Amino acid sequence: MNYIFAFLLLFSFICAIVNNRLDLAVNSMLKSTKDAIEVAFSLIGIMAFWLGMVNIAKKSGLMNLFSKIIKKPLLFLFPDLKENNEALSNVALNISANALGLSNAATPFGIKAMENMQEQNKKKRVATNSMCLFLAINTAGFQIVPAVVLALLTAKGMENPSQIIIPTLIVTTIAFISAIIFSKLLERVFK
Amino acid sequence: MIKVLNSLSLYILPLIIGIILIHAIIKKTPSYECFIEGASEGFSIAVKIIPYLVAIMVCTAVFRASGAIDILENMLKPIFDFFKVPIETAIIMFTRSLSGSATLGVLADIINQTGVNSYATKLAAVITGSSETTFYVASVYFGAVKIRKFRHALLAGILADIVGLVAAVLICAIFFLD
Repeated sequence: MNYIFAFLLLFSFICAIVNNRLDLAVNSMLKSTKDAIEVAFSLIGIMAFWLGMVNIAKKSGLMNLFSKIIKKPLLFLFPDLKENNEALSNVALNISANALGLSNAATPFGIKAMENMQEQNKKKRVATNSMCLFLAINTAGFQIVPAVVLALLTAKGMENPSQIIIPTLIVTTIAFISAIIFSKLLERVFK
Repeated sequence: MIKVLNSLSLYILPLIIGIILIHAIIKKTPSYECFIEGASEGFSIAVKIIPYLVAIMVCTAVFRASGAIDILENMLKPIFDFFKVPIETAIIMFTRSLSGSATLGVLADIINQTGVNSYATKLAAVITGSSETTFYVASVYFGAVKIRKFRHALLAGILADIVGLVAAVLICAIFFLD
């Protein structure tokens, strides 16, 4: 990220000089900082609303209920966690929190799940099959409601922002399933 | 079929909120107080992403205004045109695996460039909503337990990202292009 950041700016300045557009580049650099603040502030309302709603689900035990329901199918994906109930619970809680869009709440569960899995890992420096699968699932980013994106679209005045929910859900499900398939196939290649 | 799914989109939010509230009532959870407690985090999250947004939005703005983006777009345009993908979405396809806040900044940039109801905006929104930052997650989770050999974890994540991108392009074409 450090190199990308420096490269993008330096390369742009060189291009600006070559194209004789340095004034444009400098002005848009200064103006874009204001845009960034506007974007951030436009998110506050819906973020607050959604985090409030999801906090109810967390406190009422709905999130725990959901993670209990998905535990059985998860055991099928993570067969080596059969004896490691705590790890499996944390994996389920992590996926539930992510699904609701609570990535801040999901991360601690994810780290705990990794620690639980590490306990039964024989080679401490090498990731186990379950660890790799868990990570791949996480990077696929399964989410039921993309709250932040909805917030931005609403703030910018889209007519009907919720039209993106179903397409997003389909895409994220496809990515989720393919993450599972790829991990299961590749774990035989990378021993 | 697509029309039905489109109108179904409208029902998802009320449905989830309904389930949350009814469950809270059954469990006698103080829903209003829990709401306020959770909502108070909204401000701090928005403030927390400001530095990331400033970084990426300055980068994209300068990249665009300097004409540097023309080089990239001219290179990729034939491929994007062939698949009927708006060229404006090129940058977001790279940032999505690198940084979530950066991707959000690029999405805001695409909205400013093409308008909020454009096809490019819808595609970029679906790409943003369905992605998680592969490299960040890997470094946090494996770093926490000091795993050095990632084996196939990153490759599986990146391949899934690519499948997700292709799926986003296809699904958006089905839903939003006629």
